[in-house]
Amino acid sequence: MKKYTYTEKKDTRSGFGAGLLEAGQKNPEVVALCADLVGSLKMDAFIKEFPERFFQIGIAEANMIGIAAGLTIGGKVPFTGTFANFSTGRVYDQIRQSVAYSNKNVKICASHAGLTLGEDGATHQILEDIGLMKMLPGMTVINTCDYNQTKAATIAIAEFEGPVYLRFGRPVIPVFTDPDQKFEIGKAWMVNEGTDVTIVATGHMVWKAIEAGEQLAEMGIDAEIINIHTIKPLDEAAILKSLKKTGCVVTCEEHNKFGGLGESVARLLSTELPLPQEFVAVNDSFGESGTPDQLMTKYGLDTINIVEAVQKVMKRANK
Amino acid sequence: MKHTINELEDIASQVRRDIVRMVHGCQSGHPGGSLGCADFMTALYFEVMNHTTDFKMDGIGEDIFFLSNGHISPVFYSALARSGYFEVSELATFRKLNSRLQGHPTTHEHLPGIRIASGSLGQGMSVAIGAAQAKKLNKDNSTVYVLLGDGELQEGQNWEAIMYAPHNKVDNLIASIDYNGQQIDGPTEKVLSLESLQAKFEAFGWHVITSNGNDMTDIVKALHYAKTLTGKGKPILNLMSTIMGNGVDFMMGSHKWHGIAPNDEQLAAALAQLPSTLKDY
Repeated sequence: MKKYTYTEKKDTRSGFGAGLLEAGQKNPEVVALCADLVGSLKMDAFIKEFPERFFQIGIAEANMIGIAAGLTIGGKVPFTGTFANFSTGRVYDQIRQSVAYSNKNVKICASHAGLTLGEDGATHQILEDIGLMKMLPGMTVINTCDYNQTKAATIAIAEFEGPVYLRFGRPVIPVFTDPDQKFEIGKAWMVNEGTDVTIVATGHMVWKAIEAGEQLAEMGIDAEIINIHTIKPLDEAAILKSLKKTGCVVTCEEHNKFGGLGESVARLLSTELPLPQEFVAVNDSFGESGTPDQLMTKYGLDTINIVEAVQKVMKRANK
Repeated sequence: MKHTINELEDIASQVRRDIVRMVHGCQSGHPGGSLGCADFMTALYFEVMNHTTDFKMDGIGEDIFFLSNGHISPVFYSALARSGYFEVSELATFRKLNSRLQGHPTTHEHLPGIRIASGSLGQGMSVAIGAAQAKKLNKDNSTVYVLLGDGELQEGQNWEAIMYAPHNKVDNLIASIDYNGQQIDGPTEKVLSLESLQAKFEAFGWHVITSNGNDMTDIVKALHYAKTLTGKGKPILNLMSTIMGNGVDFMMGSHKWHGIAPNDEQLAAALAQLPSTLKDY
């Protein structure tokens, strides 16, 4: 198992803030919009440097999506910022018609996704957003795993033409990816090469997959770990190549088991390479108030759940 | 004036012929609101807007228009074709398979003149505001126009946008409301009363003017006046009274012709009331 270490913990939303500032410095057409959550989205640095390129919308997310679509028509590259719940479910029809169907170059940037939003509870903890967004034709869907990857992804989507959903989160978590990485949309990242089982993880679950890989190594199981940061378009070639070697897979995501990364992998395997799969995901429920760690444990998204899923899937694969 | 009032009225008559023929041709679509807005759209595309028919999505340096109530696509398509964005013969493909003239306007099929999809109501005002703010960032002094239905104002997103535009001094925006008092299920005053739109918009900080959208002299004058109000710190609302189905007597003033197509006899009766001024497609 390749050794991953970290010296600090940071939130992925701060990676977004840093990336937004750098994207704004690189491209004068980059503009930002926010629905009364500037501090939560870490947009302060961008606003300070480019006040005329920032639009405070107020608590009016539908209007924000429409204004962003309109801004693209004059050549702007708008980044909208609010919580994931208000970035997707609340404005689904606006995204569908004014952004996706109209093929507008809007970057929908969503913080506080999933259970790790914590104490605010289920009203704010969306676990359905990946599904909502990946169903839209032409929408690119990205869920990043740490500060550095989120920063790199933010810069990359500014250079990409087309609508993007960028999902990140609230809590501080280990920073373990390369600070100088080049983020390639749609390209899987090989975290660890292995032979016994494939673990496909996205977002906050990538670090937990690494922890699981270390525990599995101590048990004599050689896990291949792949980070799928771009859920759509899915790097099908990377997943199939790995599965041809390992013969079984565990998918890990901070999302409902319906509609997420796991189902995208299952769809791929069922048509191309039918093999056993286990899902580490929320079991079709809403979340609740609690600390992020408590919630990840209660809803089955912890390191131990990945280890157990690996044991189960290997048994099903007669390994 | 680029055209005389008589010339504009003649064009509007042809636009109305196009509308009823398009809707008859596919036996679906929305003739009522389209007919009511024929004079406005003619005034806008043939007289008021500074625009080129050599279509560029960004619209930099020219006035641009958004249709929020996308179901009145027949009048939009006719105005675009008659002003030269695409061949008028293409109007015959309206709502048919493989057409660029979808039931509701879309950029998806790359029809020149369309900059956003609309149809799901309540979204066009926000888009127009964004386009207007992009023009300001681009130091582009041209104007953004948007048309909304009156019933459409029942959608909440409009009021988010109506609140936003004055606060942010979006004064390069001229919104018009097709104030015909009708919607699918009946008169707006029965379905969900709009009360005083003038008072509401003024309370939100808009400069409101009123016009008769079915009087060419009046609508041209109103739109020219609206243009003189741009750049003065407030968005402008043209509260435009129209009659649904205007120009075809048996369709006028009733919600019943909101979304149904005329049969062969009704088409003939309608066309008999609308002189052909340009050639039919």
